[in-house]
Amino acid sequence: MTTILRTVNLTKRFPGVIANEDVNFDLQKGEIHCLFGENGAGKSTLSSCLFGFYQPEGGSLELNGEPVKFRSPRDAIHAGIGMVHQHFVLVPDFTVLENIVVGTHEHGWQLGLDEARKRVASLCREYEIDLEPDALVRDLAVGQQQWVEILKALYLGAKVLILDEPSAVLTPEESIRLFRIISHMKELGLSIILISHKMVEVMQSDRVTVLRKGKVVGTVCPDEVTPKELTRMMVGRDIELRVVRDRSNKEAAKEPVLVVGGLSYRDTRDNLMLDQVTLTIGRGEILGLAGVSGNGQKELFEVLSGIIVPGSGNVTLAGERIEGLPSRHYMDRGVGLVPDDRFREGLIPEFGIQENMILGWQRHDDYTQGPFLNHKQIGTIAEGLIDEFRIKAPSADTPVNHLSGGNAQKVILAREFVHSNKLLLANQPTRGLDLGVIEYVYKQIIAKRDEGYAVLLASEELEDLLNLSDRIAVISGGRITGVVDPENTSIEEIGLLMAGERKEAAE
Amino acid sequence: MGELFQEAILVSILAGMIRIATPILFAAIGELVTQRAGIWNMGVEGTMLMGAFTAYFIATATGSVWLAVLAAMIAGALVGLIIAFMTVTMRVDHFITGLGINLLVAGLTLYWFRMYIKGRAQPTFDGFDNVAIPGLSAIPFIGEILFDQRLLTYMAFAAVPAVWYLLYRTRWGLELRCLGENPKALDIKGLSVSARQYAAVLFGSVMTGLGGGFLMLGFSDRFLADITAGRGWLAIVALIAGNWMPRGVLAAVLVFALLESVATHVQVLGIDVPHQIFLALPYLASILLLMGLRRQSRQPQRLGIPYFR
Ligand SMILES: Nc1ncnc2c1ncn2[C@@H]1O[C@H](COP(=O)(O)OP(=O)(O)OP(=O)(O)O)[C@@H](O)[C@H]1O
Ligand SMILES: [Mg+2]
Repeated sequence: MTTILRTVNLTKRFPGVIANEDVNFDLQKGEIHCLFGENGAGKSTLSSCLFGFYQPEGGSLELNGEPVKFRSPRDAIHAGIGMVHQHFVLVPDFTVLENIVVGTHEHGWQLGLDEARKRVASLCREYEIDLEPDALVRDLAVGQQQWVEILKALYLGAKVLILDEPSAVLTPEESIRLFRIISHMKELGLSIILISHKMVEVMQSDRVTVLRKGKVVGTVCPDEVTPKELTRMMVGRDIELRVVRDRSNKEAAKEPVLVVGGLSYRDTRDNLMLDQVTLTIGRGEILGLAGVSGNGQKELFEVLSGIIVPGSGNVTLAGERIEGLPSRHYMDRGVGLVPDDRFREGLIPEFGIQENMILGWQRHDDYTQGPFLNHKQIGTIAEGLIDEFRIKAPSADTPVNHLSGGNAQKVILAREFVHSNKLLLANQPTRGLDLGVIEYVYKQIIAKRDEGYAVLLASEELEDLLNLSDRIAVISGGRITGVVDPENTSIEEIGLLMAGERKEAAE
Repeated sequence: MGELFQEAILVSILAGMIRIATPILFAAIGELVTQRAGIWNMGVEGTMLMGAFTAYFIATATGSVWLAVLAAMIAGALVGLIIAFMTVTMRVDHFITGLGINLLVAGLTLYWFRMYIKGRAQPTFDGFDNVAIPGLSAIPFIGEILFDQRLLTYMAFAAVPAVWYLLYRTRWGLELRCLGENPKALDIKGLSVSARQYAAVLFGSVMTGLGGGFLMLGFSDRFLADITAGRGWLAIVALIAGNWMPRGVLAAVLVFALLESVATHVQVLGIDVPHQIFLALPYLASILLLMGLRRQSRQPQRLGIPYFR
């Protein structure tokens, strides 16, 4: 084995935080090396230092045994390093091909799209990626956008590929495909740095380096440790990897909080996104929503929170018809929404944590003093939530785009959990969270259920849904294909319903 | 009114439209490039005024209109350099920067102008002559309108397809548009965002300076305070109304120019409408247009937002 890339005592600071401290890390040729650690442990920062996007303050980098300095990503790209960032860096209005080509040639004035098209086509063949090169990126599903990001790195001839939580936005099937592609890359001699919070993925890699609070805890081979030991290395304590089954009070659940009948919705391009959706969620009940992403989940969440108005159908919250009302009225009536796209829909990236924590609820009496915001009060509340949700941030006014991905997600969760009081709508709430936080979030959701909230929970982790939900509704093509009891339903049965096979409603 | 007379008026209005469109077109096409790169430059009016004053100064001092044109472009570049420094390097708010530039230039040019003419009669110069294109200009009607214009007018109109080609058919254009949509996508490929934004602001400002130069040398023989009279703002409005696309911008500029040309002919036409109404029409027209276009805006996503890593 030869070491291809190595860091020696690498240190990177941001104002008020040490993101990486004396990190010693090495990547062998042809290995899949996983970076594992809590939200905010410094995984993305380390990757960006390896990619030349950030310049470390201390320590050094070695490439093939020679010391190197990457002054910009260009140097790293020349050295054969490619990176897929945690959040997409795409131009939605460009085509797939334009996104891949832009900024790649340094000489000449021509676009060279024809030549690029051939190279992209052959890359797609090589890795069995199926993409229309002339499609606009804005029209692609999230999963497909991830292939575009991977192609961007491969197109530049990467020998070392850094993948920062590539599967966070993928469906389980897409993740499996991604892993086939990754092992193919490995066969071709590429070396891969993979960041993931998902234990199955971590256990598939060749070596794992665990980071905690910016420092390396250790590097281990997955064969030699158990998942439990790994998580203990990560957080320094034992955590429950799976939520324990703990059903709600069936009696309470009889009293409906949310009743939805015959809901249909067409999007601006006239696609039927919701088709006669009928659902009921009772007091103290968690209704799981399973489905392949893009089958109407997003629209359902948006209708239920008043963001979009359904074409037909009705929404009744605690006995009151509310369809067609503006979303503020939903919030006033105690509906909380955790959207699936955190930076686009859940946060204002340039605003501070405390401002983001009251977004939408800024008119609330607690936060105002006459026409003014009561900053002192907001600050105290925000600090309480930062502690409670263990958000890692230098201060309550840190802009959320300076937070690690998982910590940004926690800001949304904290906001929606404290402000809602009847209905909690959570679309992929654990996306990008580390296992310790997932455990915490699930406990919170269960606590809310026990307080009598009705909860709608969508997740791509079917096993989690089976463990948490009192009932599971499966959505496919905008229709509810079945509502099942998780006690006596298997993942396979749900899989069939997700594929569109219809089951007569269990109710 | 005789038929001959009516046709003569129509030719005069349309030829006037083409001439009036020239300076606005220079500025709007330049600003198109700047905004596509993500810089919302509000200093067009000031840059144009600077170009106009510089052209006047050099034309009267040297007697050479072409030297004056060159000087107007250089003056535009200098103003552009300040704008780029403020918005790209210092990351100052784009609007504040532009408004500051406008106030500064308005004050400076007036001061310089007073100094220049102090104690003497205001010097004048001989501006551009028409250059009829042999053959084409002989075509009846069309020829008189389109092909008997100043040299710079032909250039302004040629700039539209040229900039279209630059934006959509060259590597630079792709990178430029990327800056306006998501500068990070270039940054992670190791390309300098600021170098490219500087280039885009400079290009836009040189074009705007040129527009100011033409305004001076193509319409008049002497400088007046605030000679641009809102044409720089019109260029920005044309850009918005034209939905940030070259042909849209061209169409919007032509409509504005037509309205202004009609306004200068109201007396001959015997229409009893106050001149001011015509001056307000371009703005009104674009507001209406914008309301219709709102849904499919091509405004660059990151326009006017300073880029931080
Ligand atoms: N641009 C920035 N400015 C200031 N602080 C930053 C910036 N980027 C990251 N940080 C801080 O550095 C620390 C490490 O962040 P990093 O993004 O590397 O975490 P991570 O391990 O990738 O976490 P996650 O799993 O949540 O993505 C965090 O405390 C974060 O707040
Ligand atoms: Mg990260």
